[in-house]
Amino acid sequence: MDELSIRSGDDVVRVRQQARVAAASCGLSLVDQTKLVTAASELARNTLVYGGGGTATIEIVKSDTGRSGVKIDFADNGPGIPDMELALTDGWSSGSGLGLGLSGARRLVDEFKVASEPGTGTTVVVIKWSR
Amino acid sequence: MDRVPIAKIGPTLFVSIQIDLEDESVVQLQEDLADQLTATGASGVIIDISAVEIVDSFIGRMLTMIGSISRLFDAETVIVGMRPAVAITLTELGLSLRGVRTALNAEKGLALLNGTA
Amino acid sequence: MDAYGGQGRMAVYLRDHHDKIVGRWAELVLAVVGGRLSLDEIRHELDDLYALLLRVMTQQDEHAMGELRATLDELSRSRARAGFTPSQTALGVFSVKDAVYELVADTADLVHEYLAFTRMVDDLGLRTFESYSAAREQIIADQSAAMMELSTPVVRLWEGVLAVPLVGTLDSARTQLVMEKLLETLVATGSEQAVIDITGVPTVDTEVAQHLLKTVNAARLLGAQCTICGIRPQVAQTIVSLGIEFGDIATKATLADALALALSNAGLKVVPA
Repeated sequence: MDELSIRSGDDVVRVRQQARVAAASCGLSLVDQTKLVTAASELARNTLVYGGGGTATIEIVKSDTGRSGVKIDFADNGPGIPDMELALTDGWSSGSGLGLGLSGARRLVDEFKVASEPGTGTTVVVIKWSR
Repeated sequence: MDRVPIAKIGPTLFVSIQIDLEDESVVQLQEDLADQLTATGASGVIIDISAVEIVDSFIGRMLTMIGSISRLFDAETVIVGMRPAVAITLTELGLSLRGVRTALNAEKGLALLNGTA
Repeated sequence: MDAYGGQGRMAVYLRDHHDKIVGRWAELVLAVVGGRLSLDEIRHELDDLYALLLRVMTQQDEHAMGELRATLDELSRSRARAGFTPSQTALGVFSVKDAVYELVADTADLVHEYLAFTRMVDDLGLRTFESYSAAREQIIADQSAAMMELSTPVVRLWEGVLAVPLVGTLDSARTQLVMEKLLETLVATGSEQAVIDITGVPTVDTEVAQHLLKTVNAARLLGAQCTICGIRPQVAQTIVSLGIEFGDIATKATLADALALALSNAGLKVVPA
């Protein structure tokens, strides 16, 4: 289990690298590794840009059926997401700029949970399993 | 911050992204390209991303913007060497990179720019 | 599962009568497996199991239960590999109850303990059944994956022109596979044209259309052009009535037409000899 602090652009790169290492060690296929790391990049950037900085915790997990996977927990104490439904729609792919990349990241992973309290902060937990 | 070098060969600007770039460097690349386009009057830009393992929405948007900026200077941009895993991920993300042309490699990219493709 | 602890009295009894019980157990298992394993092999396996059972029953350490589960799972797997039915494996486990009963029947004061013991053994026997199921499911999943791999060929029609004949339903799993194979082959062969033949796709609804569009978009990102062909008349009607738009993706009725278009895109022309 690795807790990384996200305070700068360099940290986003570091999160990508660590996510890649974890994904490879779990035996995820190349495409799945790419998807996970890309999702991690999106979410790490969200944490930095919208959350005012935060943390990413990467760990290897095991499912009930014995598969391994990578779980990443993003947390910040930022302003939170005011309109969750809007944030989860595909607004950003039309370049509206509103997009928080959440909907895209969700499509790249197997499990996705987001919790946000306006004024308190946001957590996003994602899991990608090996096949 | 790592600055991506831009090479000029004839009327074409060449950019090869070799490392995992952080956001600042990508923005800097955009600025540097705009500068170079005005300074040299280049008519084409080839961006080689064959060494790039991750293209997320930010980088994707930057690439599209580079295409738009180039067009303002009457130059065509071609992104070459995209890895299959990256293409699949971008498609899943819903990014189609409209506004930039793509080719399998720099050679084909040049052929595209020269209208000989 | 921690309800298996606290069987101290029974554990003592089992330990005291170790040889007799395990010996009898081995005989019973031998009868179930029909002589395909030797008495010694069986005894060896049962000695290990017996020791683990005692550890669990006396709650000696927290790893005992995990080890017992793992040992049973491995037993189930090896028996399955050897061709035994899951019933045979489970019956083998259950027969320890008979072995113990034969001795305990005369000892009236262990009735409660015996009951708790049998419940535990029942659970463990059922567990071997479940392991067997899980193993079979894994084999089926592996075979499905292998079949899907085989039924998704990407062929080289001509220099620079690939063909993807799709046969069967195009679900999201298949789409992923198609995208991966097509893109990798485009790069490997340096091809810039791909013809996707959907003659063998039974139904094209909005979902399938989306999968097709995804595949075409992914190929485009690499700099390749796709032509879709093999749209049957009924399929064409469905597509139109569903309002599916293929936008600027070229579509042709036949593979021949699609090939001609792909060749023309590649700057080639077919002329009579």
